[in-house]
Amino acid sequence: MNIHAIKAIYVFEMARAIRTVWQSIVAPVITTSLYFVVFGAAIGSRMEEIDGVPYGAFIVPGLIMLTLLTQSIANASFGIYFPRFTGTIYELLSAPVSFVEVVIGYVGAAATKSVILGIIILITASFFVPLRLEHPLWMVGFLVLTAVTFSLFGFIIGIWADGFEKLQFVPLLIVTPLTFLGGTFYSIDMLPPVWRTITLFNPVVYLISGFRWSFTGTADVGIEVSLVMILIFLAVCHGAVWWIFKTGYRLKS
Amino acid sequence: MSASPPPRATSATPDPILVLKGVSKTYATGLTALKSVDLAIQRGEIFALLGPNGAGKTTLISIICGLVKRSTGTVSVDGLDIDRDYRAVRSRIGLVPQELTADAFETVWATVSFSRGLFGKPSNPALIETILRQLSLWEKRDSKIMTLSGGMKRRVLIAKALSHEPNLLFLDEPSAGVDVELRRDMWDVVRGLRDAGVTIILTTHYLEEAEEMADRVGVIAKGELILVEEKQALMTKLGKKTLAIQLSTPLAAIPPSLEGFGLSLAAEGSELVYTYDTTAERTGERTGITRLLQGLAAEGLAFRDLRTEQSSLEEIFVSLVREAS
Ligand SMILES: Nc1ncnc2c1ncn2[C@@H]1O[C@H](COP(=O)(O)OP(=O)(O)O)[C@@H](O)[C@H]1O
Ligand SMILES: [Mg+2]
Repeated sequence: MNIHAIKAIYVFEMARAIRTVWQSIVAPVITTSLYFVVFGAAIGSRMEEIDGVPYGAFIVPGLIMLTLLTQSIANASFGIYFPRFTGTIYELLSAPVSFVEVVIGYVGAAATKSVILGIIILITASFFVPLRLEHPLWMVGFLVLTAVTFSLFGFIIGIWADGFEKLQFVPLLIVTPLTFLGGTFYSIDMLPPVWRTITLFNPVVYLISGFRWSFTGTADVGIEVSLVMILIFLAVCHGAVWWIFKTGYRLKS
Repeated sequence: MSASPPPRATSATPDPILVLKGVSKTYATGLTALKSVDLAIQRGEIFALLGPNGAGKTTLISIICGLVKRSTGTVSVDGLDIDRDYRAVRSRIGLVPQELTADAFETVWATVSFSRGLFGKPSNPALIETILRQLSLWEKRDSKIMTLSGGMKRRVLIAKALSHEPNLLFLDEPSAGVDVELRRDMWDVVRGLRDAGVTIILTTHYLEEAEEMADRVGVIAKGELILVEEKQALMTKLGKKTLAIQLSTPLAAIPPSLEGFGLSLAAEGSELVYTYDTTAERTGERTGITRLLQGLAAEGLAFRDLRTEQSSLEEIFVSLVREAS
């Protein structure tokens, strides 16, 4: 294992985050805070409790997930897309590294940023809405696992994309709708039965449900189901990255 | 014996650091960029791959460095297969790509240090400093790469390639878009590396560059390695040119005053043929044409026309270079 390479990539990517701190930390925190102000404090005060949880507190896990998913994908996809775009990828391809080092470096850095972001948003949220944390360890576990999984997913998108449009396409047109429809702002029990069934095909439902359970102790679907779903998705992404580096897909002509 | 230094590595002392066998490449577009190339690079030599644009030079280097998948053939470095032992192989190789691609927002110091880490070496600031000083980059170490000129960027790419102390260095068109000063600096660095035992493979489409730097030269065109020669042998072969002077009045014999030129008579005495060395000019000697023509004038010989002819290799090469430019 080429530890020096992992360190070099990780440090490089974290330095990029620090350089672009407005874009990678400040902007998402402000956006999420606006949600808290509007839906949590303003509208939320006139909403009924859901499963005994005040509406403001109810939407916090969903909003953190929304940021976590979009930022993990954005960060990781850009991190690997940019060297492809500028041509500096030549160095990575000629280096004595396997996909393991590349993934730990790039995905590790993207996930680290997302986790930091998630924690900052959580702290910010506590200023606007009353928060309860039933299972803090599970919360951290879900946070890290989701950040890693979706950074890996973003990494794949960054390799698949052959233009900036495609790079933005997946987060904007797939992940954001799935997150909004995945129970960020409501419990799926509130849906008519048909829609509830359809919603169960949305993988983000399981993430938000599991994450919310770690806060409130109540969930739309079982916590084990949530965990298994994330792990399956993680395994699929891992397999895809392995295949990409084995075949040189979109990396080598 | 001549005073020139002994050849470092010749085919008589085979110790190849790099061996290619039947390497070919057909891109997804259907274009065959390389047709079954066999090549052995000797340890410690400077090898120039000479050929016009589109000949397949970059493709060949990219295959060895792992950027392009070959269609057929095997490549080994130090006897190690580039796929099976990719870690060991790649940590020995440094690549300076043809395109000037570097992380615009990084500083020179950061990007060179990054390269060393990526290639698996622990950080070594003293070494990085030495490399940067050698390449006149030390003053620029804290500058962002986007603020550098093209020549400076080229130096950064060289520094990156040297950061992990490779013993096989690829320079793809190192003098493309580079000013005279940098070219001189670069050749000094390259010679220094060669003296330190690094094997160097460079590509170029300038005959002069190959001539100035290389111990051996391989000529590549349309994906085929046409010939591989010691530079001296190649220059001799390439350098011969004949000048045929068509006389107004045929001669029966060569006048005594012109005997020193090694002339011969052709076309029943109506043509004087002079053979000379085109590389003479570049080595500081004369081709002798002026003296010959003065000699003809002194003899009162009038001529109707002049014709020059090259050896077939030179013809091949000139047409290659013409295509390139
Ligand atoms: N990725 C690619 N896909 C398709 N054709 C390519 C690719 N890269 C290079 N070629 C073609 O292969 C041939 C050799 O290119 P190259 O190796 O870059 O030549 P050189 O470096 O000698 O100029 C050219 O005709 C070029 O257009
Ligand atoms: Mg080229």
